[in-house]
Amino acid sequence: MCAMIEVENLTKWYGNTLAVDRATFSVEEGRIVGFLGPNGAGKSTALRILTGFLPATSGQARVNGRDVLMESLAVRSSIGYMPENVPLYPEMRVEEYLAFRAGLKDVPSPKRRAAVDRVLQRCWLKEVRRRLIGQLSKGFRQRVGLAEALVADPPVLILDEPTIGLDPTQIEETSKLIRSLGGKHTVLLSSHLLPQVEKACSHVVIIADGQIKAADSLDELKKGLAHRRQVVMELRAGDTGDGPAEVGRALGQVAGAADASTDEVGGGWLRAVVTPAADADLREGLCALVAQRGWQLREIHRLAPTLDELYARIVAGEAVTAGKEAA
Amino acid sequence: MGKVLLLTRREISAYFVSPIAYVAMALFLVIAGIFFALADFRPGAPAGMRSIFDIMMFILIFIIPIVTMRSLSEEQRSGTIETLLTAPVTDIQVVVAKFLGSWIFYLAMLAPTLIYVVLLAAFGNPEYGPVASGYLGLVLLGALYVSIGLLASSLTENQVIAAVTAFAILIVLAMLGPWIATVVPSRWWIIGVRAIVQQATVRTHYQDFSQGVVDLVHVIYFVALTAYALFLTVKVLESRRWR
Ligand SMILES: Nc1ncnc2c1ncn2[C@@H]1O[C@H](COP(=O)(O)OP(=O)(O)O)[C@@H](O)[C@H]1O
Ligand SMILES: [Mg+2]
Repeated sequence: MCAMIEVENLTKWYGNTLAVDRATFSVEEGRIVGFLGPNGAGKSTALRILTGFLPATSGQARVNGRDVLMESLAVRSSIGYMPENVPLYPEMRVEEYLAFRAGLKDVPSPKRRAAVDRVLQRCWLKEVRRRLIGQLSKGFRQRVGLAEALVADPPVLILDEPTIGLDPTQIEETSKLIRSLGGKHTVLLSSHLLPQVEKACSHVVIIADGQIKAADSLDELKKGLAHRRQVVMELRAGDTGDGPAEVGRALGQVAGAADASTDEVGGGWLRAVVTPAADADLREGLCALVAQRGWQLREIHRLAPTLDELYARIVAGEAVTAGKEAA
Repeated sequence: MGKVLLLTRREISAYFVSPIAYVAMALFLVIAGIFFALADFRPGAPAGMRSIFDIMMFILIFIIPIVTMRSLSEEQRSGTIETLLTAPVTDIQVVVAKFLGSWIFYLAMLAPTLIYVVLLAAFGNPEYGPVASGYLGLVLLGALYVSIGLLASSLTENQVIAAVTAFAILIVLAMLGPWIATVVPSRWWIIGVRAIVQQATVRTHYQDFSQGVVDLVHVIYFVALTAYALFLTVKVLESRRWR
């Protein structure tokens, strides 16, 4: 497999605002990759650079092996792009618009009809083909945008927030459609919501504050998380005279533990979080320690870390990159 | 070329579903009709269209900015500029198509005034030479005004600002020369300035057309200035690359 999209040290300044900061990632041919990050992370900016709408301040980007700046027209021919909020011409009819865009994208005129029919079918637009775009609901407009991106059957699809503002059924449908594009097309789609990326993508690139924080397959990221399941316990030192610091120190020295922290939760109870050094279950060792020291234990469980949590930690600015740690 | 035609067709069809375009057209025809009736089409007047051709130069300063204000401003406001400029088309193709679309709409707006020629022929015996050259002047004048309207609409996503900007540029361009001629004292060292300003002014080059004179210099003036305004429009679109 070869990389269909390659981004190297891409940086974009808007005046004094740094929107994309030395971003490096690549997207392999045929993959569906989610470009995930909170609002303002720099997703749209990076996608606009890839599609040739904006120039980068520095760094390089290649699509289909061609430089986005030097060979802009060739790159644009190989991309189907749906910008954020799906801008469309309200005064045009759906099929008229799609035929117009097919022509702009070099679909030869004898084949335009067939190309338009194909995407009308594929994006469930048949019943509105003669409607004015301005009269369509949000869901239909989104589909028109997708149909437009697909109409010339480009090898690369770049979709900026394709499911934003849709209701759950529509999100499901759109995700299904996007999943069906894999293999034949390389898809890079942005979203600020993890569940939507999980529905459609096999891989993610996570961006926050313009920097790439993680880039891996969802499976690998999950595996990476499974390696380090923290144990949470609530215990009381009682009459043994051990203070919170001593408890934390002792817990952290259990075989396989990397770190422990304690918090007082009232009534003399402590809440301890113990992080394992590797893929180890610490519960037995911890219980044994508690028994040996004569402490009281009222709760112990392992956290099941989710991508949600990982994503939240990344967004919150913690420098955790589970993907890299696992590797 | 194929893409320019495709884009131009879209521009023209957008005009014919736009209420504002119809309002501009109606306004133009009513105002032109009134002036034609008052100035050229009255008993005793020579059978010709000189007055209406001269007046058109001013009427169009108001009308054409309304026709062109939407062109690039609305694409920027609605965001369609992003799909437009990320399609495999060059900025030049886009600007040329935008120009052709508005210019052809303008010509369609002008077409009904050919009725005046029919009226003159029915009631008098007009000289057709000055009428033909007058229309050539209007075609060229329209091209220049449209290109300036387009330039103004590339500068802002606000249609009203685009129209006012075009209007301001046109007022200066069309009237500055004659005005300078009246206020600037004719000392020898200022005569140069006066001559240059006069040569840059639309009126200097437009007037001869309605009198039946087609001077190549005048034609070149309109074509060159139109091309220059379109060139600047392309540069404005490209400037997003270094903003
Ligand atoms: N045209 C612009 N001019 C100035 N700043 C901008 C512009 N577009 C985006 N930004 C800023 O760049 C950052 C990244 O924005 P954006 O790429 O739109 O993020 P995202 O799509 O991830 O929400 C934000 O801080 C935003 O305010
Ligand atoms: Mg965005």
